Amino acid sequence: MEEVDVEPTTTPIPGIDFTQKHLGFVWGPGDILVYETKYGATGAASVDQGCPFVHVVRKDEDIYSPILRKLFNESHHIFVGLQKIKEDVPSKNKKSQFVSISKNYRSVIRACMEELQQVAVSTRDATLATQYGNQVSILLAVELIWNLCEVLFIEAAPAGALQLHLLDWVRLHKADVDEKAREVLQSESPAEHPAYWDVAISYVLQGRTDEARQVLVKQASLQPAARLMFKLLDSLLMKMPVYNPGGNQTLTEFDVKWRHWREECDRCLQDNSFASNRHLEAICKILVGDEDTLLEYKELLGTWYHFLVTRLLYSHPTVKPTELHYYAQSSMDMFLETRSGPEPLDSILLAAFEFDIHQVIKDCSIALNNWWFVAHLTDLLDHCKLLQSHNLHFGSNLREFLLLEYGAGLFTHHSLWQLAVGYFDHCPEFGRVYLELQIERVPLDSERKALKVLRICEERQMAEQVRSICKIMAKRALRNDRLGSALSWSIRAKDAAFATLISERFLQDYCTPAPSYREFHKLYGDKRFVEAATLLLSLMTAKIAPQSFWMTLLTDALPLLEQKQVIFSADQTYELMHCLEELTAGKTIPNTDHPMQDEDVEVTKVELLRLALARNLAQAIVKEGTVDG
Amino acid sequence: MDCINAKFVSQKISKTRWRPVSSASLHQPDIFATGSWDNEDNKVSIWSIGEHGVSNMDDEFEGDPQLLCEYKHNGDVLDLQFLDQERIATASSTGAVTIFRHHQNSQTLSVAQLWDRAHHYPCDDAPCTGLVCNSPEIVTIGEDGRINLFRADHKGILRTIENADSSTIHAVTFLRTTEVLTVNSFGQLKLWDFRQQSNEPSQILSLTGNRVPLHCVDRHPNQQHIVATGGQDGMLCLWDVRQGTMPLSMMEAHSAEMWEVHFHPSNTDHLFTCSEDGSLLHWESSTSSSVPSFLQGGRNTSAMSRSTVAPGDGNQSLTSGWLSGDSSKGHLETTHMLPSQTLSVNSLDVLDQCLVCGTDGEAIYINRESSDEIESRDCGCTDQAGARRCEEEPGCTN
Repeated sequence: MEEVDVEPTTTPIPGIDFTQKHLGFVWGPGDILVYETKYGATGAASVDQGCPFVHVVRKDEDIYSPILRKLFNESHHIFVGLQKIKEDVPSKNKKSQFVSISKNYRSVIRACMEELQQVAVSTRDATLATQYGNQVSILLAVELIWNLCEVLFIEAAPAGALQLHLLDWVRLHKADVDEKAREVLQSESPAEHPAYWDVAISYVLQGRTDEARQVLVKQASLQPAARLMFKLLDSLLMKMPVYNPGGNQTLTEFDVKWRHWREECDRCLQDNSFASNRHLEAICKILVGDEDTLLEYKELLGTWYHFLVTRLLYSHPTVKPTELHYYAQSSMDMFLETRSGPEPLDSILLAAFEFDIHQVIKDCSIALNNWWFVAHLTDLLDHCKLLQSHNLHFGSNLREFLLLEYGAGLFTHHSLWQLAVGYFDHCPEFGRVYLELQIERVPLDSERKALKVLRICEERQMAEQVRSICKIMAKRALRNDRLGSALSWSIRAKDAAFATLISERFLQDYCTPAPSYREFHKLYGDKRFVEAATLLLSLMTAKIAPQSFWMTLLTDALPLLEQKQVIFSADQTYELMHCLEELTAGKTIPNTDHPMQDEDVEVTKVELLRLALARNLAQAIVKEGTVDG
Repeated sequence: MDCINAKFVSQKISKTRWRPVSSASLHQPDIFATGSWDNEDNKVSIWSIGEHGVSNMDDEFEGDPQLLCEYKHNGDVLDLQFLDQERIATASSTGAVTIFRHHQNSQTLSVAQLWDRAHHYPCDDAPCTGLVCNSPEIVTIGEDGRINLFRADHKGILRTIENADSSTIHAVTFLRTTEVLTVNSFGQLKLWDFRQQSNEPSQILSLTGNRVPLHCVDRHPNQQHIVATGGQDGMLCLWDVRQGTMPLSMMEAHSAEMWEVHFHPSNTDHLFTCSEDGSLLHWESSTSSSVPSFLQGGRNTSAMSRSTVAPGDGNQSLTSGWLSGDSSKGHLETTHMLPSQTLSVNSLDVLDQCLVCGTDGEAIYINRESSDEIESRDCGCTDQAGARRCEEEPGCTN
């Protein structure tokens, strides 16, 4: 048995004092039912009245958030699209498809986050606002991790391009710089704004040299004496080489160019060119990747991974994926030295930088309170063929395990159960079993809903579930005396026995579909024999009456056959004979369930009918021959 | 170029309906109502795609539906229709029929009239599966096989046809002011004339030997004897209730239940269907050469001459493309209007150049055509009877 990764958290249940009473519980698909037993802490049964409630304890609360529902619905669509990507697409095209799918997932997360942010601001309820705020920060972290996984695992950028992607990653998640910059630049005198240097330096820290230069110009115009110094820094920023992965330049050429530029920056520092302005000097120190200077701007960097990316930008812009983990670990150690230790998010990111995908997924599963993220990310990584070798001690594999957990959670939801079907469909090993077990628990409130559930089962050839749903609906209809509905449900189930049962009740009740039979008796009573005979025949040949009723109809034909005048024509007689043969054809083997007397009566009836039919046929042929002749 | 605009609304949408546009105004429809189903709390909601919306966010994409107001609805909304500009009638899975009033000044909804257990079993609830309004009259149908006739301003039930059907009635439409047509789970169409006192249908039509349940029905806007139905097998059928008991034409449309079929109200060469299979189809029948393109989508356009299965009656008094049994003459073009989608499209409504639909994927899709793509309003009526009716049809250029 494996050790637990983290100590489980305790969830107090209001109204139950577990120090006094023992608790009992039952597992459910997504919930746990908890109740108070009559046993006390000492183990002895107590006499006093216990708590009369059963408590529903739910692990996944997020599924009930109306805004996150949009995330579940939109991502379901992306998920289904991803499963349709063909195996035979060349791997190069596949990669770009996977990257774009990854971006789609992220944009859904972002949309959700923005909406949550809006409602968090606009709500007046403080607890709700906090709850929304928490969800926003969880989604922020989720998107941050996803984006990093996209860069490192899916995009799998090589040296050079890797640095550019990481820079984009940091810029996207540290967007408050732009907000601050706008505030500064729109103020009356930007250069004197208290946040002026913060903005300039933040831009440099993110490698956004153009923006940094635009900000620095404001200050330069105010200090004509320092004009040359500003001009020098401006030219350094302008000349900073940026690798272009699509261009002609090789990585080595870029590296040489970059080293030259860095030497130039270094010389300026040696010359004390910026000694008279500490801000400019600091910027220049950043440009040469001076770690102590970088750490002075911890507040502006905010996180150790921003520090890592800035450090790489100005010290190792051609960092290889395999070297990342070393810089990541040291950046974290340097940045977090004063603090207590890494938070879960830090460990997850570090695991990603170490390319330990399984650790990332495991830590995320523990840290996050829903399966949405790990299930979708794992599925995507699995499609990228990054998770092949890993087997679990239970279930099938990691991807399927997580998808099933996520799907099972959806199935417990009143409305989202439909989404789960799409996930189970793509779990080859246990998906079907999960679906079979879960679909039967969906309450069938109306025929409309039953039809939808039935469609899901029929499309997947789940014969047993189809039968059970139809039977439930047919029985319900029967209970409410809705024979037509009952019949159509049993026809849909292809449940012949039940359909026959209902048909017979129909005829007993002389219900609506049998007006023709009533009409037959009326015609017979009125002595309109020819019309009655035609109607009787059509009841059988047009299959209006069920076969179980044919014997009754044929017996009804007997008096017509025995009339003096010929009523059934030769053709009609042939058809009657055909009906009789069809009816008796399946009954050659004596039915042991029935007593022998019944069998005898049947046999006699059939013999009588055969005789009457033969006699009628002879008369009809003679009569028709006479008329025509 | 058309644009499809999707909005996720965190509830499964069972019905979408445009608010009628007053004939005096030249405005495009901009308000619609939705009903939800299968949620713990279901709602009737009013949305705006125009300036009515409380557009406090200036970066909001123009045309993105804004919620104006909503009201809790007991049970699933199984049908919903505007009675007039202000009132909405709904059918509930609890068997209740409700009239909501939309107060446009305060943007609120209230219950104006409620008929609890309008449909019921002796000791259980029976869902009200559909309704049709012809203000002030409302006809409702249910799983209990009843047909009820209400007046919006009248508390009681005007008329009930008990046990009108032994199977479930799935949809209803008015043929004339006194005559309705129902479709049931036995694949039958039944005509009911409220002038007659008998509780029997005046006519029954059905596909012989084929008991595929029918789920939806719509009447041709100008030719009252022409109706379109959609079935459980996704088949689209067109019927002439005056002649024969068999459909005039049958077309394979969807791979699962067709939940709704709608003729374009003013441009009747166009028809729209949606289905459990997650697709929304636009059908364009082109018999005349100068058919204005309407709601023309750019996606998956597949021109096909659907070979239509017509019964032997060759007496085609109509030249409408829907009914021509001859596939060489009838040319139908079908277009998928939604990006590939997996969950059911439960409802659609089309009015002028605007289409709205709602899905089990909890999204509302809006399609709006730029106005220059429609040159004239063609009611598509060419026969004598149709032409007469055209005179009463404002906006028809025939």
